[in-house]
Amino acid sequence: MAEIQKVTVGKAVTGRRTRPAFIRELIKNKVLFLMMLPGLLVLLVNNYLPMLGIVIAFKDYNYAKGFWKSDWVGFENFRYLFNSNAAFTITRNTILYNVAFIIIAATVAVALAIIFNELLNRKLSKFYQGIMFLPYFLSWVVISYLVFALLSSDMGFINGILVKLGKERINWYVEPAFWPLIIVLVNTWKWTGYDSIIYLAAIIGFDKSYYEAAAVDGATRFQQIKMITFPMLMPVITVLTLIKVGRIFFTDFGLFYNVTRNSGPIYDVTNVIETYVFRALRQTGDVGMASAAGFYQAVIGLIVVLTANYIVSKIDKENSLF
Amino acid sequence: MEKVFNKKPIFKDYTKISKKADFMLNIIMILCTIACVLPLLIVFSTSITDEKTVTLYGYSLLPRKISFEAYKYIFKDIMVVLRAYGVTLFVTIVGSLMSISIIAMYAYPISRKDFKYRNIFTFMVFLTMLFNGGLVPWYMVYVNVLHIQDTIFALILPYLMTPLYVLIMRTFFITSIPDSIIEAARIDGAGEFQTFIRIVLPLAKPVLATIGLFNVLTYWNDWYAPLLFITDEKLFNLQYIMFRVDKAILYLSNNASSINNATQIMANLPSQTARMAMAMIAIGPIVFAYPFFQKYFVEGLTIGSIKG
Repeated sequence: MAEIQKVTVGKAVTGRRTRPAFIRELIKNKVLFLMMLPGLLVLLVNNYLPMLGIVIAFKDYNYAKGFWKSDWVGFENFRYLFNSNAAFTITRNTILYNVAFIIIAATVAVALAIIFNELLNRKLSKFYQGIMFLPYFLSWVVISYLVFALLSSDMGFINGILVKLGKERINWYVEPAFWPLIIVLVNTWKWTGYDSIIYLAAIIGFDKSYYEAAAVDGATRFQQIKMITFPMLMPVITVLTLIKVGRIFFTDFGLFYNVTRNSGPIYDVTNVIETYVFRALRQTGDVGMASAAGFYQAVIGLIVVLTANYIVSKIDKENSLF
Repeated sequence: MEKVFNKKPIFKDYTKISKKADFMLNIIMILCTIACVLPLLIVFSTSITDEKTVTLYGYSLLPRKISFEAYKYIFKDIMVVLRAYGVTLFVTIVGSLMSISIIAMYAYPISRKDFKYRNIFTFMVFLTMLFNGGLVPWYMVYVNVLHIQDTIFALILPYLMTPLYVLIMRTFFITSIPDSIIEAARIDGAGEFQTFIRIVLPLAKPVLATIGLFNVLTYWNDWYAPLLFITDEKLFNLQYIMFRVDKAILYLSNNASSINNATQIMANLPSQTARMAMAMIAIGPIVFAYPFFQKYFVEGLTIGSIKG
């Protein structure tokens, strides 16, 4: 009975065309919509309001006037940003560090995954995996302590070794020359275990019969790795790499802010877009520059991610994001 | 079968590497493992070393003179540590539970094939992965619109909806929960919400556990939200206390000559060993819980493509 009544009501409504389809759906699936409501609110405040707020990059933000009443200044903030050296430095650092991280993830992590898979003793292999996955669980604050224990100028472990070898102490936190290497090493330390486990999961899924057939044909294990594991892993490497390329304009704030202890003398090689925006917003209070740099990052980032995804979809439809 | 095969060395297994290669690889792996734990060992060893020994010889791998003074020092000021622990625990538990509920309740409707607007609402989540307003407008929404700086909400709200987790959970619902079960529940007269709670959620336990653990890790390790939004010391969490102690010591050691009463302030601050003991206190629970969660994380990482 109830069903029939509903249908009639529905038809009558359609007939009168007073209620749009959306409202009808809303009433019909009110429980489902209610379930989504908290999530929608979170998306609104965390994502959609800030997306609209991005226009602040075109205003001369004034704390006293607030968001709405601050004056529009067109591209003024961008002109300042791109006339300073900072724009070039932060773009260069952001991209170069990401390129290094991507290459390491596609080589070291892949090699590690293959080794995990080859080791004869399964239990030992699991043990190594467990230990190398551990750094992923540590926050950048904790990692900055670990790095400090190694690099502290007067008490650090590494300077201790240098002194024992009869060499001079190095004041690590003020020497820009070392930081590109340190940053890359620390990032590798934190992420390689994690990345290798993703690759390992793919390798474990490969059909064992290929290897058996190759062994029957007299291929050595090394040849099998070269001719079977590696080619089969190639699409996974390509896709994961392209996903990372899509994020080439974004970095991990903690790595560049905490691990470097926000040390001024090394800004030239450690300043990336995230740290620049943060310092402009919270330390120098230059909202215009901060929001212009943020806008620049968001827009170029979008273009890069769309391009990367387009390439992924050409190679492998399955793994493209959309 | 395989084991029997291995026991007869006459038949060499050509799908395995040689003993010699295995030995070499094990050596490489042991070196990598040492590189992974070495910094942790130095921090641990420093935390249980006598303060004067550390100032004299620096941080070392093995404690020259064992002393638990650093831990005693921290626990003397126990209220600070306890409060920070309390904030971290509260935010981790409440945040993770809220997050997992919100994500599941959002992911379920957009996984239902009979829900007309599922694509639009999926896209709304997906779009946030491609484009975001960045730090400045986000910060202003929290501070100038919601006015939640210096409240516990500022620590919870930022991580409630990670778009990737919503999409992973949606994929899980689509692939692992048969439509026929939901249909059967409907015929039995169960309401939508009842079906979700009684039928869908119990079937989704593996994905709930994995995403729940990722959330726990995010909240436990967070220092970014307090850095941006918290100035009230009562709301400092464990990570942020560590962040601050570090900065305070750095500031004082850089400016020691310019501050007259620097020595006096230094005396009140956690010393070298206490700083490392603090790190151990924050890492401790993760290292202890690690063997239990590791399995779920690995499963979570391999939970499959996010495309639906």
